[in-house]
Order: sequence, then C-alpha cells, then structure tokens
Amino acid sequence: MAAMTQSTSAILSVRGVGKVFPGVKALQNVDFDLVPGEIHALLGENGAGKSTLIKVITGVHPRDAGRVIFNGTDIHPQHPGEAQNMGISTVYQEVNLVPTLSVAENLMLERQNLKWGFINWKPTIAAARDALATLGLDIDVERPLGSYSVAIQQLVAIARAVALDARVLILDEPTASLDAEEIKSLFQIMRDLRGRGMGIIFVTHFLDQVYAVTDRITVLRNGQRVGTFVTADLARIDLIGHMLGRELAEVSSHRHHDERGFTGKGNQIQIKNLGRKRMLHPVSLELSGGEIVGLAGLLGSGRTELAELIFGAQKADSGLVFINGEPVMLRSPQHAIRSGFALCPEDRKQDGIVAELSVRENIILALQGRRGWLRPIPGAEQQKIADDMIRALGIATPDREKPVGQLSGGNQQKVILARWLVAKPLFLILDEPTRGIDVGAHADIIKLIKELCDEGLALLVASSELEEIVAFADRVVVMRDREKVSELVGAEITQSRIIEAIAR
Amino acid sequence: MINERYYPLLATLAVCALLYGYGIYEHRAFSDTYVLGNLLTDNAFLIVTAIGMTFVILSGGIDLSVGSMIAFVGVLMAELVGGFGLHPLAAVVIAMIVGTGFGGFMGYLINKFDIQPFIITLAGMFFLRGMCFVINLDSVPISHSFVSDFGSFRIPLPGRGWLSASALVMLAAVIVGIVIAHYTRFGRNVYAIGGDRQSAELLGIPVGRTTVQVYALSGLFSSLAGVVFAFYTASAYPLAAVGVELDAIAAVVIGGTLLTGGMGFVIGTFFGGIIMGVIQTLISFDGSLNSWWTKIMIGALLFGFIVLQRLITRSFSGLRAGAG
Amino acid sequence: MTGLEDRKNQRKTTMPFSVKLNRQWLGPVIALLLIIIGNGIISPGFFTIRIVDGHLYGSLVDIVHRGASTVLVAVGMAIVIGTRGIDLSVGSIIAICGAVTAVLIRDTSLSPFVILLIALAAGIVCGLWNGMLVAYLDIQPIIATLILMVAGRGIAQMITGGQIVTFHGPFFEAIGSGYLLGIPWRVIIAAVLIAGLWAVMRKTALGLFVESVGGNARASRLAGIDARGIKVLAYVISGLCSAMAGVIIAADIRGADANNAGLWLELDAILAVVIGGAALMGGRFYLGLTVIGVLIIQALTTGILLSGLPSQYTLIVKAAVVMVVLLVQAPKARDMILRAMQRKKS
Repeated sequence: MAAMTQSTSAILSVRGVGKVFPGVKALQNVDFDLVPGEIHALLGENGAGKSTLIKVITGVHPRDAGRVIFNGTDIHPQHPGEAQNMGISTVYQEVNLVPTLSVAENLMLERQNLKWGFINWKPTIAAARDALATLGLDIDVERPLGSYSVAIQQLVAIARAVALDARVLILDEPTASLDAEEIKSLFQIMRDLRGRGMGIIFVTHFLDQVYAVTDRITVLRNGQRVGTFVTADLARIDLIGHMLGRELAEVSSHRHHDERGFTGKGNQIQIKNLGRKRMLHPVSLELSGGEIVGLAGLLGSGRTELAELIFGAQKADSGLVFINGEPVMLRSPQHAIRSGFALCPEDRKQDGIVAELSVRENIILALQGRRGWLRPIPGAEQQKIADDMIRALGIATPDREKPVGQLSGGNQQKVILARWLVAKPLFLILDEPTRGIDVGAHADIIKLIKELCDEGLALLVASSELEEIVAFADRVVVMRDREKVSELVGAEITQSRIIEAIAR
Repeated sequence: MINERYYPLLATLAVCALLYGYGIYEHRAFSDTYVLGNLLTDNAFLIVTAIGMTFVILSGGIDLSVGSMIAFVGVLMAELVGGFGLHPLAAVVIAMIVGTGFGGFMGYLINKFDIQPFIITLAGMFFLRGMCFVINLDSVPISHSFVSDFGSFRIPLPGRGWLSASALVMLAAVIVGIVIAHYTRFGRNVYAIGGDRQSAELLGIPVGRTTVQVYALSGLFSSLAGVVFAFYTASAYPLAAVGVELDAIAAVVIGGTLLTGGMGFVIGTFFGGIIMGVIQTLISFDGSLNSWWTKIMIGALLFGFIVLQRLITRSFSGLRAGAG
Repeated sequence: MTGLEDRKNQRKTTMPFSVKLNRQWLGPVIALLLIIIGNGIISPGFFTIRIVDGHLYGSLVDIVHRGASTVLVAVGMAIVIGTRGIDLSVGSIIAICGAVTAVLIRDTSLSPFVILLIALAAGIVCGLWNGMLVAYLDIQPIIATLILMVAGRGIAQMITGGQIVTFHGPFFEAIGSGYLLGIPWRVIIAAVLIAGLWAVMRKTALGLFVESVGGNARASRLAGIDARGIKVLAYVISGLCSAMAGVIIAADIRGADANNAGLWLELDAILAVVIGGAALMGGRFYLGLTVIGVLIIQALTTGILLSGLPSQYTLIVKAAVVMVVLLVQAPKARDMILRAMQRKKS
C-alpha cells in the first residue's frame, strides 16, 4: 500500500524531521516525498502537524532534527523568501500578498523589468498579464489586489508561484473560501501545473477534494507520519481510520443517542428564522437544557455565522431567539450574555484570549463583564474562582497569575471554556472547541462537553470533524452553502448520513 | 471604472483646484503668477520635508524628528560656514550626510529592536533639538556670497511672478521623489511593506534593509529641507521649524497618502503642501479671516481625508480589519 | 548564566500579586532616588525644605509643584495607552480649556466654580470627539488625535481672539499658586484627582476592562465588555485630566496663551508613561508608576538646571532617557542581552 517507490526521483524529500514547541512535540521523525508531476495530499486532523511540516519546509520555523532535500541537495531556508527563491512557493489560506498594491505589482515584486536601474512599467505589466493568462485569468492587473475577491487573490498568489518557476507548489487549505465553481477551476489549474511537471502539496480538510484531484496521500497524526498511500487504492473509510487513529475512538461512546433523545426538559431555546443577508439563510432550531446539538458542515457552510448571529456578535437582520418562550434581544454579545448565552469562538487568539492578562483575569472576564464595572468581584473570590477552574479543567499553568499568552493552545482553550463556565450560562455555543489542540486536551474537552450537558446546560457545538460530532451529539444540524439542509436525530446520526446530507 | 488607488489623489486635486479657483474668484490678484511663485517658494522646505515623510508613512511608519532636523541642519551649517569658514556647498554636503546618517540610525533602531517608529523618532526629535542648543543658543546669520546669490536667484514667470532657487530645488526634489517611489524597486518595496509587512516578508522583500533606508531617505529629504530653509532665511535659529513635522504629516495626508501606509503618491504630497499654502494665502488675502482659521481648516481637511481613506480601506477584502 | 537562571526562577516561583507589583516598581523608584541623590550632590541645598510664610519651599517641593500639571496629563495618557491608544491632542486640549477659562473670567460674571466646570466640560467634549473617532470610526489613535492636535490650537486661538488673555481672581490665583496648609493647591488638586482615578480604576472593574480592551478588543467584546464604550471613556478621562491641567497652567500665569500652553506636554506625558514601564502596545497601565515617571522627568530637569548646564540640555537628556528605557523594555533587546551573557559564560 505504501508507495515510496518513486522516492529516488523525488524533487522534495523530508527525512526524519522533528520539531518541538514548548510542551508539544509538533513533529516526530517525519518522512515525506514529493515527485515532479504529482499532486500530493497532506492530511490529518487539526493539530496533526500539517502546517508545522509546511512551515519547517519553507523556513518559517527552524527544524530541530532531520533533513529537507530539495532537488538533490540539503536546504536550510531561513525564511519563506529564501525557499521561494529556491523554487518552493507556498499559497496560504489567508492570502499573503499586499492588498494595497496592484495585482501586477504583487506578481512582479522584486522582479520588475528594469531599464538602467529603473522600473520599466510596460513590459512589467505585460508580464503580469501573461502570468495570469496562463491560469486563464483575465482581470485588470492595475487595480489594487484588495479590490478583488479572495478567490481571485488566491489565483494571483498561485500565478506568482508559477511565474517564479516554482518546482514545488504548496497549497495550504486554498479552497476554504472558494465556491464550487472556483474550486473547479482551481483544480483544473492544478492539473495543468502537474502536467508541466510541477510537484504540488495540497493541504485540505475536504476529503472529496482529495479524491477529486490528488495522486497520493500522506497522513499525519499527532506529529507523526501514519503512511503514504496512492489515492486510487485507498478507500475513504480507511483514510478516515488513518486520520483519526485510536485516541478519539476511545471517547466516542454513543450513549447519548441511545439513552436520551430530545427530552424537552430544562430551559427551552428556540431560534426562529435567524438570518442575515449574504451571510446566512434564515435558520430555525430548538434546543433544551441537557442536550447537545451538533452543527456539522464544511468550512464556510455557515456554522460560524450561525453561532455569531445567535450570540449577537453579528447583527441578524431577520429572526428571533426565545428562551422559554420569551424573546431575547440580540443586539450585541453583552445582551446575549445577560440572557445566559455564551460563545467559545473559533479563533482563539483573535477572539478568545487576552494574552497579556493573567489566567485569573481571563477566567473572570465574562462574569465581571456581566456584573458590570461597578460591582467588582472581590480579590479573594477571584482567586478562588480561578483556582477552582484550574483544578476542575486541569489547566496546566504554574499559577493563576501567569499571562495566558504563555500557555499552550489546549490550555488557552480551557481557560476560555472556564471563562464561560464561571459565568454560568444556560446555553453554551462551542465553535470548533478542539481545533489546534493536542490529543490529550482534545479528549479532556470532549469529556467536559459531556459533563456540562449532564449538568443541564444546552450545548450547540460546531465542528468540522464529523467523528467528533457523531461521538457526542444528541441531534445534528447539517449546514451547507449558508443554509440549514438537514436535521438528524438519534440513530440517524452517523458519519455517512451527515456526509450524505452535506453532499446531497 | 477609475482605479480606486486614485480616489484620494483626485480628491486632493479637486480640493486644490477648488481653493485656488475660489482664490481667483474672490481676489483678482490670485490669478497672477506672483502668488504661485510665492506659494512654491514659501512652502518649498515644507514640501521637501513632506516628500521624505511620504516615504516613511507609505512604509507604515512616522518620523517626528524632521522639524528638529531642519533647525539642526541650519545651526550646523551656520557653524560650519561661520565658525570653520567652509564653503556653503561643502557645509551642505556635510549636513546632508549627517542628516541621512542620523535618519538611517533611527531606522536601524526601529528595525533592530522592533520599537515603534513614533517613539524612536520622538527621541530623535528631542536629541536634535537639544543638539541645536548645544551648538548655538541664538539666531545667527549665515553670511556668504553664495547664500545671497541663492536668495536672489530668480527665473521670471509670465506675469509678475518668478521661480526662486528654493522653488527649483523643491521641484527637483519632487521629481526625484516621484522617480524613487514609482520607478525603483526600493520605492515599490516601501509600498509593499506599508501595505502588509508580514506578506512583504513572505514575498521575499528585504524588509529590514528597506526600513533603514526609508528613515535614511527621510533624513536626507529633511536635511535638504533644512538647507533650503537656511538659505531661504539666510540664518540659523535653534527654535526654527518647531511643529513642521505636523505640517509635513498633514501635507502627506491631505495629499492622499494612506496614513496606515501602502497607498499614495509623491505628487499628491506636493499638492497637499500647496493646499496648505493656498489656505494660508487665502486667509492673509482675506482681511476678515484670522490666522487661526488656517489650523482649523487644515484640521477639517485632515478629518475629511482620514474618513475618506477609512471608507476605501474598509471595502478591501484582503485588509485585516480592526477591532469591533 | 545568572540572568537566564534568574528568569527561570522567576517563572517557577509562584508570585503573589503584591510581590510582582513591587518588582515593577523597583526600577523606576531606584532611578528616581538616584537622580535625587545626584541632585543633592550637585547642589548641597537640594534637600532643605524651609517654611516661609507658612508655605513649603525648596527644590524637592519645586519638583512636585512643577510636575503637578504634567502628572495630570500623564495619568490620563496612561489610561489611553492602556487601551492600546495614544492621545496626541492633550496639549491642544490644555490650550482650549485654558482659553475657555480665561475668556469666561474676562467676559462673564459666572462664579469661578461654574467656570471651572465649564472648562472641564470642554475637555470632556474634546475627549468624546477623540474617542468617537477611535472607537466608532476605527481610525488609529495616533491619527485620530492628530486632527485635534492640529485644529485644537486654532480653536483655542479663535476663543482667545488670537491674544494672550489675562485675568485676575482669587479662586484661580489660588489654583495656580495658592497653598493649603503649606502645600500648593495644584499639588493637592492633582493628588486628589489621581487618587480618585486610581480608586475608580482599581477598586471597580474598570481597570480590568481597560486592560482587557487594550490587550484584545475583539475578545473583550465577545466576553460581554463594551469595548467601544471603554475606549471612548479612556479618551474622555484623558480630556478631563488635560482640562484640569489646562486650568492649572492658565491659573499659574494668570492668562491663556493659545500658542504655547501645554506645548510638547504630550511628549512628556508619553515619556512618563513609558518610563513607568507600560508598553505602548497596551494591555497594562500603572498610575502610580506614571507619577514616578513624571517625577523622574521633573527631577532630571531640575538637576540639569542645578548643575549649571544650559536648560536646553534637558532635551538631550530626555532623549537619552527615552532611548535607555525603550531599549531595556524592548523584548528583542532583552533577548539579545541574555544571549550575549549566555555566550560570555559558556
């Protein structure tokens, strides 16, 4: 099954690479081979080490062990620019181009056509146009890049890589913000490039795309290589098995849907036709205390948007939310919190932690916000709350006064969870609660979710990991194209049913 | 559809034309080239300073030391010419080397230690102003035949006006600025860094080196402005050009350059400086308006341009949005 | 390796809140003491405090006396910087409020107390303007406050009609140069206002909210804190503090000078905050340390005067102090020093 036969002709080889971050072995003894003219999928759960591997290859992070061999020689790029000059170009999910510069300039930076040391614009712009034409893109290259959609920006980034004579192209989750048509044309471009002998590493979450376009698959799990497989020979179910491994299987008892369904007891939360133009088609949904509702769907399907609308982080332009029949104001997070709502956001760094503040201050933040500035929580009580939470959630920190920014991702996530538990919500929304978290903390957090539910909390958990949702949800709401497309209950909750609903 | 990069520049040109047109409509004398010649001469040192500032702001930084630099260069030259008996041109060369070097040093600190440019150049501002006083406490004349020749040099314009040597130096500086900004890789790299520093780095641009060069360039232009100012006034005064850094920033912003960096034009800065000069001239022509209206109007223009920029950047999908 | 080990030990030992704070205080306080001792060596009469006509006199009193207006501006600035902002307009607000005070005294017969309230209200309005631009239009603080910095002096000149407006009156003369129980009124005013501010910030949750908004405004909003409101409030406080400073400065010279009142005071204020150990990137503010910062600047200025150097040298010394403080604070510089020490040892 393992297809390492072509390793001798590899354009890029990774041998025994290791990388340690404080507290986490991000990569251990990883091997990887890319041959010219192949599209090679790099797969794994969040936190499996995909992005770390890419960053080690491109010189964003120095590696702690192992070799990276490009075109027959060992390379040690110090930064991505150096890797790019060698012929390894990377296109990131967040486009790393300069939005204020024109499309042409983004393509031609540092490579402008010079005449007596000065830029000769006409041939420079013409070259930019040609570079885009090879990808079948015909746009006004003199307008600022930022005035175009993310999809076009991404194509421009790829065009730059192609124009730089890259031998290796790394696409790091490029399809997350593209629609179906755009993905199709991206795949066409990838196949063209493959035909020209380029080696492409393709990182994605979407298995359909893996089977649609890749030749081989390398799966990482927990910082280690599980194996490299020929795509056509690997059944989807086996691939998922490789990606998930055993760790998660242990926590996935299906007791929830066996023992309980929708009980209708406890607090009743009703969401009626909640929506916002160009963001989310109106969604209706009911939850009650002691129930976990999973929110499944691909990235960009409207999961995060629904969570943000419920919480008032974005203003809805239609629909209402009721608690036990009473309508709730949804003008801002402040209002939502006062009504007993809580949201653990997807982007921990940007929307969750306040890095400079201590663990204690981060934990009491939402509770204090709810009490208002005039009723400070007494110091002794703050310390007790923080210590209790550190113990209850097993937050690994030397003391409660340590700045949260210095903790690992999993512990930061627990601190945010603690922040909301302290505020005693009746309805908790978790958006990707296990993203970027090592396996130990991952299991802890799933266990915690179940305990919270047992205590009568109503939970809405958005996740891109179907396995996770199947493991704990009582009901599953499936989202697609910013719309609720299906709701599964009890025995209906299986990965295949969810995938079916997404694919339908 | 017009490229959105030109919106602020068009707004600048419109404001300039409106104000100038209003001047001509209200006062017949305004249409004379005499007014134009004076505008170019009186605002020469400001515009030269503002060109250097344009590069700094385009790169996403700020340089508060330029006003002190103008005074320092004047005092230094007075000392070199008066005290050491150097020819003024030699003094100019030395002063501009010192100015460029000092700017580069500030750039080095900003880049090496990752400290905000605002605070480093603030220290530079204090330091240079202090150095003025160390060299000289009083206003001294710079007397040399070259300086008086510089002051009396004129190219007549049609009408009653003329172009002074200061104006010519300034116009040359504008052209040099445009060429650097739009026709060199360094210039384009400055735009890239100001647009998105992280991306610029990932695109392989030498961010560190360019940052140092940007502040050196600002030092070069502000010391040239100091030379122009010293020759124009034929004297050196340690308290000269106090607050010019603000006027220069205002000229850059009113000239349509994005204060967050990455977008703008040197020619815009030229018109920004002219707008500020026109406002001053209008107010001095109009007996009923008082001098403080200059500041209030410039403040209002700043506000208008900043809001305009905000609207443009908000429509950008790639820009990282602020809080809220 | 001692430096590195020190750092490691710091991390290991659990540090109670108070101890940690004390460590913060150590540097600035020692610096202040050193400067004062230095001044004492230069000028033997430095430490003498005499009582003349029931008023305290002496160089030490002088430092506090002169620092009163700066310290007000600086604590307002500290709170703004805590929200990851900056207020460049404080000098202009001082000019505006001084002008308002002077013109009202000259042209109206309002009671001095009402005039004081109006002047403070003017400062609050200025702060509101800044806060709105920053919080609701999302304009970077340095740019947003630049507008009022430029236009504010024009507004002040408009109020005074372009002249230096002088006035008389026991109430304002007392604020400017009067004493209560031998202590200058202005010092008392500054002390009361700062103590009040400290209490509001640290005895309520407001300080936490300010720091949390400065650390991460988005996350704070999602945690139910009105991030925009907090930002506006910070600029309003800064406006209020500057207004009080403006009244004191006007009362001191018994007149309003729209051109020069509070000129460059924003720089001293920012300097004081930085010396007080706050990062310009926001997330933390220290009112007490800011006060120490102002005293350091003032003591330095006094020391230079006493040493017989021309007063203009103050600028160079200030520049040097800023540089040293910045370099000591900069994480990059710290790392470099640590690495250099490591290399030396090994």
